Amino acid sequence: MIRFNNLSFGYSRKKLLYKNLTLSIESGSIYGLLGKNGAGKSTLLKNMVGTLFPVEGSVTINGMEPKSRKPSFLQTIYYIAEDVYVPALTIKQYQNLFAPFYPLFNKDNFYKYLLEMEVSVDGKLNKLSFGQQKKFVIAFALACNTRVLLMDEPTNGLDIPSKAQFRKLIASVMNEDRIIFISTHQIRDLENMIDKVMIVDNGNLLLHSSIADIAEKLCFKTVAAIPTNVKVLYAEKMLRGTSVIIENVDGEDSALNLEHLFNGITENPTMAKQLFPIK
Amino acid sequence: MDNSLYKATRKRNLEMEFRENQAIYLQIAEYVCEQLLLKLWAPGGKIISIRDLAILMEVNPNTVQRAYDFLQQREIIANKRGVGYFVEDSAIEKVIGFRKEQFIETELPVLFRNMYLLNLPPDDIAERYKKFIEQNFNNTNHEK
Repeated sequence: MIRFNNLSFGYSRKKLLYKNLTLSIESGSIYGLLGKNGAGKSTLLKNMVGTLFPVEGSVTINGMEPKSRKPSFLQTIYYIAEDVYVPALTIKQYQNLFAPFYPLFNKDNFYKYLLEMEVSVDGKLNKLSFGQQKKFVIAFALACNTRVLLMDEPTNGLDIPSKAQFRKLIASVMNEDRIIFISTHQIRDLENMIDKVMIVDNGNLLLHSSIADIAEKLCFKTVAAIPTNVKVLYAEKMLRGTSVIIENVDGEDSALNLEHLFNGITENPTMAKQLFPIK
Repeated sequence: MDNSLYKATRKRNLEMEFRENQAIYLQIAEYVCEQLLLKLWAPGGKIISIRDLAILMEVNPNTVQRAYDFLQQREIIANKRGVGYFVEDSAIEKVIGFRKEQFIETELPVLFRNMYLLNLPPDDIAERYKKFIEQNFNNTNHEK
């Protein structure tokens, strides 16, 4: 479990991005962190992995504080940055150098994932294309078997078949002891993978809810006319009518459209707070 | 069973796209029901595991779990601890009952509306229905 206790963070003490953020992230779920450019998504991830420290308050991951950077903590977490860096090493050299830091690293899975992602095994890693390098890092990260896996825009740079392969890999490695935390604005790439959604804007946590809870409270559909007797979170004109997100008064079980949800929540933060109070 | 039909339906089902409006877990439940109605999965048999179906459909395993819970509540599948999920003996009747209800509630009104708007009399539809069954299902041992 990851806990933020009254965390405040800013790149300067005078201008805080996050103020008194308190939240819990539970094992066994794939979290999707959504936010506009510059909303503070990567900042949040870096506070979790210990490359940035909170100005006030704390983060704890399974009882440990990232900022003390103890090996016992670092071996339980893997962070894939948006822009990956790989040195001029072969895959084998890379594995020999970095895998020993992760006691649960599984070599067979590593090569299986590389094969599934179609990453060629010859030559130096820095000669690979950006997409290939990214897939290499993803395969390595998954093979490390850490309890916490943080990914910043993991589908950026992946071609279409690789995105599907990535989803299959994530489905195959997910289990109830793991936290997979994905920050993205490519919502469609991961729409059916995420089961908990967090939306941040200007350092505010606007939504932190499960897909099931959202579907219970909101109904996503296309209508001929916008209903007048219920709360409307979002409406967008489409070819076949108007796509709306309305209060789910009839108990319909509709599929979420995360793009529309994101727009609705960021445009109507007050209504969002009423519908989904942040505990 | 006519083998070409078996292959055609199987192909179509594996390539099933998610429909726009229905919750994903219900669409997964529907996929399972479809396999049962098409007799691709037999009563008493073990079905695909939660993880494998999640990988196949590129969805969160928790969503497949929710679909399987839903089917279990309706006594269509059963969980044998540590072994996996199995098709209940009376699954087909249960699926037919459940799907009939769904069809009458959600699909028939759309059909009726279009029949009315396009001025298609029920007799005409009945004739076409008969032809469709002859063309598509005649050589299969589909009951009723």
